[in-house]
Amino acid sequence: MPKGMTELRHKYLRHHKKFPHVWCSGCGNGIVLGALIRAIERLKLKKDDIVLASGIGCSGRMPTYVDFNTVHTTHGRALTFATGIKLAKPSLNVIAVMGDGDATAIGGNHFIHAARRNLDLTAIIINNQIYGMTGGQASPTTPYGANSTTSSFSNIEHAFSIAELAVAAGASFVARGTVYHAAQLDKLIEKGIRKNGFSVVEIMSNCHVQFGRRNNMGDPVTMLNWFKEHAISKVNGSSIPPDSLDDNFTIGILADVDKPDYIAEYQKIRQMAKGK
Amino acid sequence: MVPELNGKKLLLQGNEAMVEGAIAAGCRFYAGYPITPASEISERMSYRLPQVDGTFIQMEDEISSLGAVIGASLAGVKSMTATSGPGFSLMQENLGYACMTEVPCVIVNVMRGGPSTGLPTSPAQGDVMQARWGTHGDHPIIVLSVASVSECFSIIVTAFNLSEKYRVPVIVLSDEVVAHSRETFTIPPADSIEVVDRIAPNVPPEWYKPYEDNSRGVPTMSSMGDGYRHHVTGLVHDADGFPTDKPEDIEAFTKRQFKKITNGFFEIQITKKFNLEDAEIVVIAYGSVARSARHAVAMARAQGIKAGLIQLVTIFPFPKNTVVNVMRQCKAVLVPEMNMGQISREVKRVNPGTTEVFKYNRIDGQLITPQEIFEEIQKI
Ligand SMILES: Cc1ncc(C[n+]2csc(CCOP(=O)(O)OP(=O)(O)O)c2C)c(N)n1
Repeated sequence: MPKGMTELRHKYLRHHKKFPHVWCSGCGNGIVLGALIRAIERLKLKKDDIVLASGIGCSGRMPTYVDFNTVHTTHGRALTFATGIKLAKPSLNVIAVMGDGDATAIGGNHFIHAARRNLDLTAIIINNQIYGMTGGQASPTTPYGANSTTSSFSNIEHAFSIAELAVAAGASFVARGTVYHAAQLDKLIEKGIRKNGFSVVEIMSNCHVQFGRRNNMGDPVTMLNWFKEHAISKVNGSSIPPDSLDDNFTIGILADVDKPDYIAEYQKIRQMAKGK
Repeated sequence: MVPELNGKKLLLQGNEAMVEGAIAAGCRFYAGYPITPASEISERMSYRLPQVDGTFIQMEDEISSLGAVIGASLAGVKSMTATSGPGFSLMQENLGYACMTEVPCVIVNVMRGGPSTGLPTSPAQGDVMQARWGTHGDHPIIVLSVASVSECFSIIVTAFNLSEKYRVPVIVLSDEVVAHSRETFTIPPADSIEVVDRIAPNVPPEWYKPYEDNSRGVPTMSSMGDGYRHHVTGLVHDADGFPTDKPEDIEAFTKRQFKKITNGFFEIQITKKFNLEDAEIVVIAYGSVARSARHAVAMARAQGIKAGLIQLVTIFPFPKNTVVNVMRQCKAVLVPEMNMGQISREVKRVNPGTTEVFKYNRIDGQLITPQEIFEEIQKI
C-alpha cells in the first residue's frame, strides 16, 4: 500500500538535485506528478525499468524531477522517442508526459499514429487548455470563446477533444480525469500503465496564471472548483468533451479494449522473416 | 531459414548495400518514411532486420523517424534512418537534439535535386552545406559520402563506428546515381569487419556523470534500463545532464563538443588519393562525381597531362590538411559538383596560396561524366 507522501517523495524525486521546480505555486502539474508517483508505487515497478519522456513546455519539465530514466525531448515529439525506446528495450515501462499543445498541435500527428499503432506506451496529457510555458497563447484545446494572449478578443477556433480523439485513433485504453479528482487520477494512471497497448490519460489541469487569469478564474481554488462542478462521471454511452467554459464534461474510462500490441505483432514478423 | 550473406557475391544496388553494411556494423533498429531515391533502404531493412532480431518501423514522417532512432539508441541499440532532401529538412530539429545529447545514430541522405520537392528521380549534391549546418546552433557533426556500391557497404560501417566512438550523429550523403547503380559486390566475412561500440560506464551508478569530460572529450554512455538512471535533455546541460544557465558550464559544454571531434581529426578525415605524387592539376570530388573523376584523371594521364584526384570520403570536418598539402604542390584544382559550388567554397577557403581553383557545376539533374571532367582538365 502507498506509503506516506513524504516517504514517497524521497523515494522517487531527485530531491538533492533539482528543487525548487519551475512550476508556479498552485500549478496542477504537481498533482499530476503526485498521482504518477503513487500509481508507480502501487504497481511496484523498479525505477530502473521506468522511462519518463516528455516534450517541451511546463509539462515537459516533469522528468527533470523524478529518479527514473528521463528524457526531455523536442516539442511534440515525446511519443516518437518513446516509440524507439520501447521497441529497442520492450522490458522498459515507457511513459510520455505531454502538454495539450505539445501532444495535439505540433505533436498531433505523432499522437494519432501512436494510438493507431498500439505500441505499449502510456501517454499522460496534461490539458491546461493553454500554452503555459510560452505565456498563455491559444492552444488546440482552448475553448471556443475563451481569451488568451493570441485570442485577445475571443477564441474563434474549436477545441480538440483529446480523449475522444485517442479513442477514434485506436488507443487501447483511454481515460480522462482532473487534478481536482486526484484519488481517481492515481487509479486511471495505474490502469493506463498496466494496460498492454497504447494508453492515454488526459488530465484537465489548472493553469490559473496563463489561462485562468484571462478567463475569470485567476487562482487555483477557483479553477479546481470549476473542475469539481463541471466534471461528471461517465456512465454508459457517449462522453462529453471539455470544449466549453460553460458546459459539463465527462471523466472516467472512455475506452478499454484488448487487442495485440505492436510488439506482440512484431514478434510474429520476426518469425515469418526467419521462415519459421 | 535466414540466408548467410557474408562471403557471398551479390548483385546489389547502392541502397541495398547500405542495409547490409548497417547490419554488419551492428545496426538493429531502423525507422523511416518512404521517399525516392532512398526507399529501397527502408524496403530492404523491413525484411532484413527482423531476420536478425532487429526492428524496422515505418513512421508517420521523418521527424518521428529520427525521434525513434534517437530513442532506440538511448536504449542501447545501434540505429539509423535514411531519407532524401525533403525528409532531411524535416529531420533537422531532431538532428540538433542528437548533437546536443550526444546520441550515436546514422542518417543517410540520398540526395536528389532541390530545394523543395525538386527533382525526385535525378541526382544532385545540393545538400552538402545543409548536412553541415542544417540544424540551428553551433554543433559538431560528421558528414561522409559514398561513390560506389562497395563504399555504400564499407562507409556505412565507418559511419556507425565513428558515431559510436565520438557520440555524434553521422550523416552519409549518397546520391541518386550511387543509390540506384547495381554492381557485383562480395559481402566481406563478418570477422574481417571492424565494429566499434560506445563505451559503457564502469563506475558505480551513483558516481556516474553522463556528460563528464575526459581525455577524449567523449563521455561514457549507459543504456536506459541498465541501472545508470539519468536525465537527457536538449537544453544545454551540465556534467550531470541537468539544464544549466551558468556561463562557465555552457562554454565548457560547447567547447567539449568541438574538442572531441578535433581530437579525432586524424581518423575522422578520410580521403582517397589517386595519382597525386607529381600531379599538376588536381581534381577534388566526392560521391558519384568522384568516380567519374577517377576515369577522367586516367584519360588525362593517357594524354600526358599530370592529373590527380582527391576523393573526399569525409566532407565534414573538411579534410583541410590533406587538401592544403596537395594545393601547396599543384598548380590548379578543379572541383566538379552537382550543385552551384558548395565544396569549391571550402577549397577556396583553405587555399594556402595562389593555387587556382576552378569549378565545374551541373545543376540540371544530369550526372557528371568522365568525358566532361576530362574536357575541363584539358581547358586548364
Ligand atoms: C519547434 C518549437 N516550436 C515552438 C517552441 C516554443 N514552445 C515551448 S513550450 C510551447 C508550448 C507549450 O504548451 P503546452 O504544450 O500546452 O504545454 P504547457 O507549457 O502548457 O505545459 C511552445 C510553443 C519550441 N520549443 N519548439
